[in-house]
This record gives sequence, structure tokens and C-alpha cells, in this order.
Amino acid sequence: MTITENPTTSTELVPVDVPATETVPDTETAAPTPDPKHIVLTYEQVEALGRDLDELRARVVADLGQKDRDYLYSIIRAQRGFEIAGRGLMYLGFFPPAWLAAVGALSVSKILDNMEIGHNVMHGQYDWMREDTYNSREFEWDTVCPADQWRHSHNYLHHTFTNIVGEDRDIGYGILRMDRDQKWNPYYLGNLGYATALMVLFEWGVMLHDLEVENILARKRKWYDVKGLVKGMWRKAGRQVLKDYVVFPALTGPLFVTTFLGNASANLVRNLWTFSIIFCGHFPSGAQTFTPEECADETRGQWYLRQMLGSANITGSPLFHIMSGNLSHQIEHHLFPDIPASRYPEISGEVREICERYGLPYNTGSLSHQLLSTWKKIAKLSLPNFMTRDDNDLVVTVERSRTAAA
Amino acid sequence: MSIRIPAFVGTIIESALSPHPVDRYLELVDPMTTWRDLRAQVIAVDRPTSRTVRLTLRPTRQWKGHTPGQYVQLSTVIDGVRHTRCFSPANTPADDIELTITAHDGGFVSSHLREHAHVGMVVGLEQAAGDFVLPDDRPRTAVFVSGGSGITPVLSMARTLVAEGHRGQIVFVHYARTPDDVAYRTELTELARADNVDVRLHYTRGPAGDHFTDDHLADVADIDDADLFVCGPAALMDAVANHHGSRGLRGRLHQEAFTLAAPLTVDPDAPVEGSLTFLRSGRSATNDGRTILDQAESAGLTPESGCRMGICFSCTAIKKSGCTRNVLTGETDTETDTQIQLCINAPVGDVEIEV
Repeated sequence: MTITENPTTSTELVPVDVPATETVPDTETAAPTPDPKHIVLTYEQVEALGRDLDELRARVVADLGQKDRDYLYSIIRAQRGFEIAGRGLMYLGFFPPAWLAAVGALSVSKILDNMEIGHNVMHGQYDWMREDTYNSREFEWDTVCPADQWRHSHNYLHHTFTNIVGEDRDIGYGILRMDRDQKWNPYYLGNLGYATALMVLFEWGVMLHDLEVENILARKRKWYDVKGLVKGMWRKAGRQVLKDYVVFPALTGPLFVTTFLGNASANLVRNLWTFSIIFCGHFPSGAQTFTPEECADETRGQWYLRQMLGSANITGSPLFHIMSGNLSHQIEHHLFPDIPASRYPEISGEVREICERYGLPYNTGSLSHQLLSTWKKIAKLSLPNFMTRDDNDLVVTVERSRTAAA
Repeated sequence: MSIRIPAFVGTIIESALSPHPVDRYLELVDPMTTWRDLRAQVIAVDRPTSRTVRLTLRPTRQWKGHTPGQYVQLSTVIDGVRHTRCFSPANTPADDIELTITAHDGGFVSSHLREHAHVGMVVGLEQAAGDFVLPDDRPRTAVFVSGGSGITPVLSMARTLVAEGHRGQIVFVHYARTPDDVAYRTELTELARADNVDVRLHYTRGPAGDHFTDDHLADVADIDDADLFVCGPAALMDAVANHHGSRGLRGRLHQEAFTLAAPLTVDPDAPVEGSLTFLRSGRSATNDGRTILDQAESAGLTPESGCRMGICFSCTAIKKSGCTRNVLTGETDTETDTQIQLCINAPVGDVEIEV
């Protein structure tokens, strides 16, 4: 629990002394409350935070142009290069170093395709280019999940209801316990095992995500409701399987088996990598979750605040950021999901500054730190709450409606 | 260069490169080597007047040719954004396409092309379309009336008749601002050499502004039965249509609406007006100022939608025409045939949307 309702009704309220006329953030009174783990924000402060972020967004959008187009095409060019190199090297698959290089190149190709190109293009980050194919309506990625289903479960559900327990299905993907507010039952003793299986089979898990299998099992959703989804999966997965496990192996003739194994390995490497990056986005300790009541009738400022508090970044080199599709800038991505991801590094400093100005945490750490933190959480949550300690000691008190300030 | 390979091999290539279209690979090597896409390369650039640029385009093998009078959609990238505009070829049906583009005041794409078009440049192209065409049963007497850049489709028709050895009379009346603004002066002089071709030029600027009057066609023999083809500004079209009606001419009147993509200045405080047309469902609504998504739902439609706050792009649909205002940023957009997010855009005046 992090955000309290209207402070006038809140018991854990730290008194906030704000004149009714105040409309601009006052850095003196905004940030430092005596306890750094208890953040108190008035309605107007949250709205001012929203205006700061809107202004930052408008500045970036106004500057979009040829260089962003050139950047996207340079990544596409690199991805195609790795793809062709990987497919080509499979013809030397009898020679182990060449096979390894082929798997490496193909893995890089799939990672670039899925993350820096696919995920970002499908978010509409490049829709302003009005280009064929590279827009959120048309783009398909090199993975078994159909683009239209991904856009529904990810762009709409996850990005709108981010970290709201019970509404954001990315919290545990219907099979894992990723938050203490999810009720424990003995099934979750296998949390670590399920997470590992999901990691290995990640592209298939992502494909099945929009089905909401757990809701079908719970009879909240009927099979005929998902017939269209299943057809779409069958079609997309069929094409992917045909390509990776029939066409390209067959094209290498006698090397069918080594090519088959090579393609499977590249898909596996992509699965491990994307799972790891994505799980560091919202699950490292410190990332906050919310209840539906806390988020009802949110203002834009309050929505921004939830995105900031619920996301976590990963530090790394420019190459690392590209290979993670800039999801290493998860906070910036969740604030501005439709701004080209290559712009996140340059605005991250300013976003962090805004966080600090309002006394908010900016959750970031190295990949190993964030991964360890995530896996520790998966392990702890396999047990009932009374057996483990709650790592989340952050309390955010937000005044949710204007009337209370007056 | 063209690619011709057996269908079976083609299927294998497409399934190997799936999910990406083959053209998304080929364009990185050579944008003129295409699998399915239609594109064209500029092979000649001429600037016949101070406001026009003439492009000769060589299309890829997918080009099916045009019927005289039709238009094509040409697209080009300006500062990272692909812009699409309609232009009518002025040539007789042939492999290469000749477009003469007038840089109108404030015409973003036309001005860009006037300045920056160069030989070797590759542009996007759509197949020719439009019903303003030379009829298959060729008219005996054809009268062409054009104003400004409206000359191109009717010139294509006149040139085609001449190339076919048409025996009947051809009258070509053209209105330009000044003598310096006639982009096709040489070609028209050439056409006028034939005995049955009568070219008449009128200049509309200056103290003796010579706009269309009945006199300009009065002496055409056989005018009563002539096919009349008109393309130009609205005032010219209206005047010719009036003439056709009031004189009780029996020949067919063919006209092509000719609109300028002039940037619209929008007053955000202006009263809400206009109507919203949902093209796919055939419904319409009186604009009430709310977002297009809200208004579509009030009209009983259920377009795909999601976040309702402009982040998820589920509700993106094509705006065919009209001006919309982004309710988050206040920015207005007057582009035609462009994708917009229904949940954060409200109509300003009449808007046509593919919902």
C-alpha cells in the first residue's frame, strides 16, 4: 500500500500545510518531509508534476524529425545485417565456431527486432513518420505473438493500468505471485519453477498472454470468446515455426538438424534476454503497486505519478540500452510510451531531476542488482506473507482531490 | 530493375522473410528493386516557370499505367515524415510519368518539391485513380478548359487525342496568371500546329484580368455537341458549368474538383460546428466538440479503443479529410489521409473519418 486516499479521510496522514491559492510547485515545502520513506504530495504538487512532464514531452515531440527516422532505419539495417549473417552462417553449421557465431548473430537479430524495433514501433513511437509497415497498425515482429494481441494486452492494458493489482495482468502474467497483495495459496510454492519455465518459453508465454488462460479456467471467460485470438495465434505461430523450423533448416539441406538447433537456440537466447529485461521493469524491490480504488478517476498528473512509482530502470552502456530496446529506461518509457525510445537516454536526466524535485524515488540499478532483486522477490513471494519480511517501506501520501486543499 | 521469378520460389522467399514484407529488405539495398511496392524514380527535373517543377518519373514494374485525366498519389519524405499528395500526369499513357507541380503559396509539399526535387530521387507512388477521364467513345469535338495547375489532366487528354490522330476539332482554353506562368507554353505551341487544334491562352492577373466569359467559347463551331472538360479553381469550374447549363449545351460536361491544400488557420474559440462523417458505417453526426471517439460511440458505433488518453494507439483510424484538434496539446492537423487517434482528437468543422 502506497497511496492514501484524500488526506482528510486518511489516518496515516502527515499534515500538509498548503495555501489554497498555491498552484506552482514549491520546492521548499514539496520535497523533504522529515522521513524520506514517507512522501507527501498535495493535489497541486501532483498536477504541477504532470505539467512539468507534459512540457518535457511537448519539447521532445516538437523536435522529432529526420534524425529519429535515420536512427530507426540504422537499427533496422543492423538487424537485417545480423539476420542475414546468422542465416548465412548456418550453412557452415558443421563447424562449431561458425554455428555459435550463427546463433549469436541470429539472437542479436531477434532481440533487436523484438525490442528496439518491434516493441517501440508497435507503441506508435514512429507513427508520426506516416511510413508503411513501420507504424503501430501494420508492424509484425519476429516472434510468435501476433502484433494486434500484443498491442491490446501491452499497450492498452499494461500501460493504462500499470501496476494496479487485479487490473494489470503483467503482475505475474496470471501464473506468478509478484506482489504481496496477491493472495497466497500453495500453488505459489512453485513460483521459482514457474518463473524459470516462463523465462525459457517466454515468446510462447507472451503469445498466450491475451488469452487470459486463468480467467478461462475460472470460467470468467468462455472459450468462444477467445476463438478469434486462438486463430490469430495459430496463424502467426504457424508462420514463425515454418520459417525457423522447416524452411531455413530445409534450405541448408544436409545441415537440417544443426540449423534447426541453431534457430531454436537463437529463439531461446532471445527468450532469456527479453524476460530478464522485462522482469526488471516493474518487479525490482522499490517498484510500487496500487489498488483499483487508489487509481479511480485519476488525473493526468496522478497517472504520471503512478507510472514513475511503478517502474524501475537499469543502468548500462549505450549498447546495452539499444539491446534492451531502451526498456532499461522503463520509467521514461512508462511516462511517454509513444516517444521514440532512443530519446529516453537524453531525457532521463531531466526526469530524474523532476523526481528529486518532488522527493520521489528514481528506481535504478545495474542489471545484476535489479535481476537479483527480482528473483529474490519471486522466491520470497512463493511463501505466505507472514513468513517473509515486506521490503517495501515506502509510503506515499497523495491528496487525490482538489477540494481538500481549499 | 524488375524481378520475375516462379511463384513457388516467391512463396518460399516470402515465408523465409516473414513476418517482414520482402520490400522492407530490398529497399535497404535498392529502393527501385521492389517485390510488391510501387515506387518511382525521378529521371528528369525541369523548372519551366518560377513556381513550377516538372518531374519525369520512371515507375517500378508494378505500374499499370494511367487513363488520360486520372491522378496519382505521390509521397515523399520531408524531415522524417512521409507526405502524400495527388497530382495528375500530363503525358499520354506511357511508361514514364510526367508531373508538373505548382508550388502554391504555403503549399508544403509542392514548395519542397520545387526546391529539392533532383534526378535519382525515389518517391512513393499509388496506381492511377479518378473518374475524370477521356471517355472510351472519343468525343468528336473536345473542348478543354483549364486554370493554373489544372492544365495537367486535360493536357494528357488533348495530347492523347492528337497522338491517336483524332480528326475532330480540339479546343484548348487555358487560364494562367501571367504569360510567364504558362508551364506548357512550348508544348501548347507545338500542339497548335495541327490544323484541328485551337489553343487559346488567357491571363487573369493585372488590370485587364481576363477571366472566363461566354465569349471565350462562343465561336467554337459545334460547341452545342462538344464534350467539355474542365479542371481548375472553383470559380472557373462554376463559370464553365453555368455556361454549359445556361446555353443548354447538349455535349457532356466533365469536371475535376481542384482543391488547394492550403493550411487552415483555426480559431480555438470559434463556435463548434460542422459534421462528422463516419465513412465505413455510412453514418454521420453533428459535431458537438467532443473527441471523435466519444462522438462515434454516441452515434452508436463501437470503434476499437483502449486507454482513452492517447497512449495505447488502439483507436487509431484514418482521417480522410478535415481539420482535427489534439485535445491534449491543442495542436491542429489538416492533413488528409492520415492516421489519427480518435480518443484525443476532436473535429474542427467538417471531418471525414474511416470508422
